[in-house]
Amino acid sequence: MEFETVIGLEVHAQLRTATKIFCGCATTFGAPPNTNTCPVCLGLPGSLPVLNKMAVEYGIKVALAANATVNPLSQFARKNYFYPDLPKGYQTSQYDRPLVEHGRIDITVDNEVKTIGITRMHLEEDAGKLIHDEREPRSFVDLNRAGTPLLEIVSEPDLRSPAEAVDYLRKLHTMLRYLDVCDGNMQEGSFRCDANISLRPFGAAEFGVRTELKNMNSFRHVQAALEYEQRRQRDILLEGGTVIQQTMLWNPDKGITEPMRGKEDAHDYRYFPCPDLLEVQVDDSWVNTVRHTLPELPEARRNRFVDSYGLPPYDAALLTEARELADYFEQATATGAPAKKVANWVMTELLREVTAPALIADGAVSPEHLGTLVLLIEDGTISGKIGKSVFTEMISSGKDPRTIITEKGFSQISDEDELLKLVREIITASPDQVAQFKAGKSKVMGYFIGRLMQKTKGSANPKLANQLFTRELSAR
Amino acid sequence: MISRQEVEHVAHLARLHLSADELVRITEQLTTILAYADTLAAVDTDKVAPTTHAAASTTAFRDDIIRASLPLETALANAPARDEQNFIVPRVI
Repeated sequence: MEFETVIGLEVHAQLRTATKIFCGCATTFGAPPNTNTCPVCLGLPGSLPVLNKMAVEYGIKVALAANATVNPLSQFARKNYFYPDLPKGYQTSQYDRPLVEHGRIDITVDNEVKTIGITRMHLEEDAGKLIHDEREPRSFVDLNRAGTPLLEIVSEPDLRSPAEAVDYLRKLHTMLRYLDVCDGNMQEGSFRCDANISLRPFGAAEFGVRTELKNMNSFRHVQAALEYEQRRQRDILLEGGTVIQQTMLWNPDKGITEPMRGKEDAHDYRYFPCPDLLEVQVDDSWVNTVRHTLPELPEARRNRFVDSYGLPPYDAALLTEARELADYFEQATATGAPAKKVANWVMTELLREVTAPALIADGAVSPEHLGTLVLLIEDGTISGKIGKSVFTEMISSGKDPRTIITEKGFSQISDEDELLKLVREIITASPDQVAQFKAGKSKVMGYFIGRLMQKTKGSANPKLANQLFTRELSAR
Repeated sequence: MISRQEVEHVAHLARLHLSADELVRITEQLTTILAYADTLAAVDTDKVAPTTHAAASTTAFRDDIIRASLPLETALANAPARDEQNFIVPRVI
């Protein structure tokens, strides 16, 4: 039997506010344990939360970018459960009246655009961090992260394969980074993803029994975990068994999903409206003000790269994957260097040097220097081959390509007299090859050019070399 | 009407340990309380906007400006157990 996979994703994005969602404690990552805490985020009796306006504003931004509706009235609710990372005994979240509903994000499947629905986005507070003791049955609690604002983004079950899920996730990730509302760091947990996955026979209207996957902290893990779980469920169904609805943890070391232990009452949260917080009112004028602050989004920028720089769609898509990468490309192009040439250098040489496209600006080669390098090749100062050597130097030293060319004597020999002397020497020393050339073997030209490059350590202007050999050989 | 099983379940969720006598008494009391809620629920509120808060006021927002956190010693002052920097709790998972 053939099965159809159904996937929905829940993303928790940490919002890049300076302070927590309900108090003025800093959200700095990596501060000493429990130094960013106060009566509110410690859950001390008598303290009262006050909503961070910026967190709401970031939520509005994401809503606008995802073509979603911002609800004029939304409300915080208490999600009740006992766990030591949550000192109040409940998480302040949103339940039946979220900030945002009905959005969509387009992904590309087999060159066709597919729209993935976003059910809702809501604001909530993050929990603290537990570190379990290796030897004794105890845990250390750090509440610095407790109260960090999160935007939970819930997709419709519109995704039909692990690959689609990852593409959606990347699109969402890129969007949040463009909006500058989330730093997107999956290892540090600023962008976390849980997945619901189920299988059903092709053509069936009802969804199958789903499992929820957690603990996937990279795009690669998300893909691998979903692929594993897809196989696991298919095997169960093919053997006539039933999938148990449960939460599974991805174990990246073993490459398998495992049932999560504990939290037996996990789904009896007894939500109720939080009496400590008033309804959140967002009027049209606020939404419109935020609309004017929206930056150019990935899709628009991709189209502009095709239209105004004449880049192939593939290049445009790759270069706009990260905001920093697209910025880099545009700054390099601003030197006057041809866009397609810059794109080639960025995509083939520069991206090889960094672990993630977003880190491109942290590298040694500034966009101005790369643009200059491309210009120097274009105007014939150096050959493309020497350009590669100059580039290697730029990576290690961070120097201006002009400085490197002067220091290393990389300049291309375009002086006709100088080259002519060498060309004549080579021709005189190679009577056999001259005879072959005369006999019509034009391929032997490669030999002559090669000899010249050897003598000049690759710095002869190849175009001029070709002209000179052709002229001199014909004159024989 | 609330069943004894429901009371036991809710008590467990709230980490309350009730004796057999208490369970009987509280089941009765909760039944009375819920009956009162039923009276309220009987009112037709279809055309009434939900009241979420007694204070008729708009949202109180805070600007995104950092304020001093508590000194570490103060933050950990009420900890049942602690080390230099952390609260310590019995391991849960």
